[in-house]
Amino acid sequence: MLKTISQMIRSGILTEKIESRPDPASDSKELQQKIWRLLGRALSIRHVDAGSCNGCELEIQALNNPYYNLEGVGIRFVASPRHADMLLVTGPVSVNMEEALRRTYDAVPEPKLVVAVGDCGACGGIFGKSYASRGGVSEVVPVNGTVSGCPPSPRAILETILETICAAGSQPDATHER
Amino acid sequence: MRSKRGNLLSLWGTDDRDRDARYRVYAAYLEAKSVSVVEHEIDAGTTPAYPGIAEIFPSAPRMERAIFDLLGIKSMQADYRGWLRHAGWPNEVFPLRRDFDAKSQYSVISEPYPFVQVEGDGVHEIPVGPVHAGTIEPGHFRFSVVGEKVLRLEERLGYNHKGIAKRFEQLPQRRGHSLAARISGDSAVTYSWAYCAALEAITRTPCPRLGAHLRALALEHERMANHLGDLGALGNDAGFAFGLTHFSRLKEDLLRTNQAIFGARYLMDFIVPGGVATELPEDALQSLLGQYAALEHEVLSLRNIYDNHAGIQDRFREAGVLSNELATNLDAMGLAARASSIERDLRVNLPWYPYNNLELKAVTQAAGDVAARVNVRFDEVFASMDICRTLLEHLPDGPVRCAVPDAKPDQLGLGIIEGWRGPVLIALETGADGSIRRCHAHDPSWQNWPLLEYAILGNIVPDFPLINKSFNLSYSGHDG
Repeated sequence: MLKTISQMIRSGILTEKIESRPDPASDSKELQQKIWRLLGRALSIRHVDAGSCNGCELEIQALNNPYYNLEGVGIRFVASPRHADMLLVTGPVSVNMEEALRRTYDAVPEPKLVVAVGDCGACGGIFGKSYASRGGVSEVVPVNGTVSGCPPSPRAILETILETICAAGSQPDATHER
Repeated sequence: MRSKRGNLLSLWGTDDRDRDARYRVYAAYLEAKSVSVVEHEIDAGTTPAYPGIAEIFPSAPRMERAIFDLLGIKSMQADYRGWLRHAGWPNEVFPLRRDFDAKSQYSVISEPYPFVQVEGDGVHEIPVGPVHAGTIEPGHFRFSVVGEKVLRLEERLGYNHKGIAKRFEQLPQRRGHSLAARISGDSAVTYSWAYCAALEAITRTPCPRLGAHLRALALEHERMANHLGDLGALGNDAGFAFGLTHFSRLKEDLLRTNQAIFGARYLMDFIVPGGVATELPEDALQSLLGQYAALEHEVLSLRNIYDNHAGIQDRFREAGVLSNELATNLDAMGLAARASSIERDLRVNLPWYPYNNLELKAVTQAAGDVAARVNVRFDEVFASMDICRTLLEHLPDGPVRCAVPDAKPDQLGLGIIEGWRGPVLIALETGADGSIRRCHAHDPSWQNWPLLEYAILGNIVPDFPLINKSFNLSYSGHDG
């Protein structure tokens, strides 16, 4: 136990300041308040791998490390789409995942946001469209925000998540109705 | 081959009807110090078939099902449920045949997939996936359980199939490495090196020595980054979030080092035909050695904490045991095999430059449980750091890459690289004018996914995430 505590003390707090493009001055506290004003609670995200190579997954997982400390700004990953405000979808959407993606999308309560992650999520990337791939996420479900990169950095993913919430917050009817 | 204690490394097929009215099936076998490839020719009749090898090599059935899904060539085995083909294209259509149009799209139809039913008092099923609760890849697990004990696990994979083999055939040889790097994002270096090794073998243009050193450096960084991530996730799955926090911090440090040294966090485009894309920055040597010293110190102290934590050791030990006998018979590969005392690491057994200049020993553990797979990772992180130091101490002079000419048509080249998960194979066949005729990529997860079905038996359902993570197999690399 002593060793565990001393390790914690030695490492200290590593969380870095977030600079989101729409509001470069905001620090994590302000962001937290912004999310609070928009949603009244933490932003809940459900991730769906719709056919990715796992590269984007690794960078999404990195958002939870102490440097980015996603939960610290009031964003958390949830285990069910029914608990989610936002889907973070990586792709290209494989035909074998098309139905699962649609079902997951349908299970998210309104209003819902979708962010397509990575070059493949944006447009199909190097895999493109084929007998086995539908291409980008927007070919299958409506998309509100896109972050390209192969894979995009955790910071780029975080910025796009924040931009997408801010855009949805300023235009309440911007979320998709089904 | 089996009587010589060989293991099945990969199995794939090709449609050569345009060339000589035949289909071919290839099997690559791994022996103690060599790899052999056996070719079997099949006359292109109405129902092409070959004698399967599933009775001798229990890891073969899924590969045989995949060959059927993509090429319509049948082995004599009984199970022909679609493996890579779910219901996304019709069952009389075979995408890897030459006359199949790569751009064809079909709408998904609903098709049942009969899982094996377990019957008896109090037996029930738990379906999990394809969308999982965590940030991981898609796959389906069907548990048959009594109370909380697992009686049977049946995996269903293929959700991530995105037609990579067909896509290769549309790319020129010079761009194949970009696709190879994206077969499994956590093994980008392994796959792109295997692809380039295959192309360089065909064109007889070996990578310059400095380029090979930098490739090995990148491969060891990939191994360390994945092992560090897994060690954290395994701690977390055993209820020790502290482990995740600290190991994810160390992994992030290493990824940022990659960014500074190689120009990217994940090295999707670092390895190119003929060498590597960028040179080492001037101050890299000192900064890397400093990084390794700090990392070594941190990992040692975290290992000490893991080793002495009664709670996590209780979860790790005797969970998900894979005996040496099972591992051997089921063709276990890579890290999972070494944790069940199979002494095989291709960097040691079939070393290529620069590994043939290093004095390496395969890291093994005997227990075959989660704890053993954790310990292999710890030992390999330290071993990788030593390899990196040696590589940096003996950096050769010269260029980092050379020009690779277009290969002659109809040449077959193999590239086999021991990645962090196990050996990855690329079998590249060239076409005319610098094109790719066929490219088969094989992930060690093909052999190791069935191991998980055995390792989970008799364990409790809540231990599945931990046992699954201890193997950490690839979905995308397997599904292709």
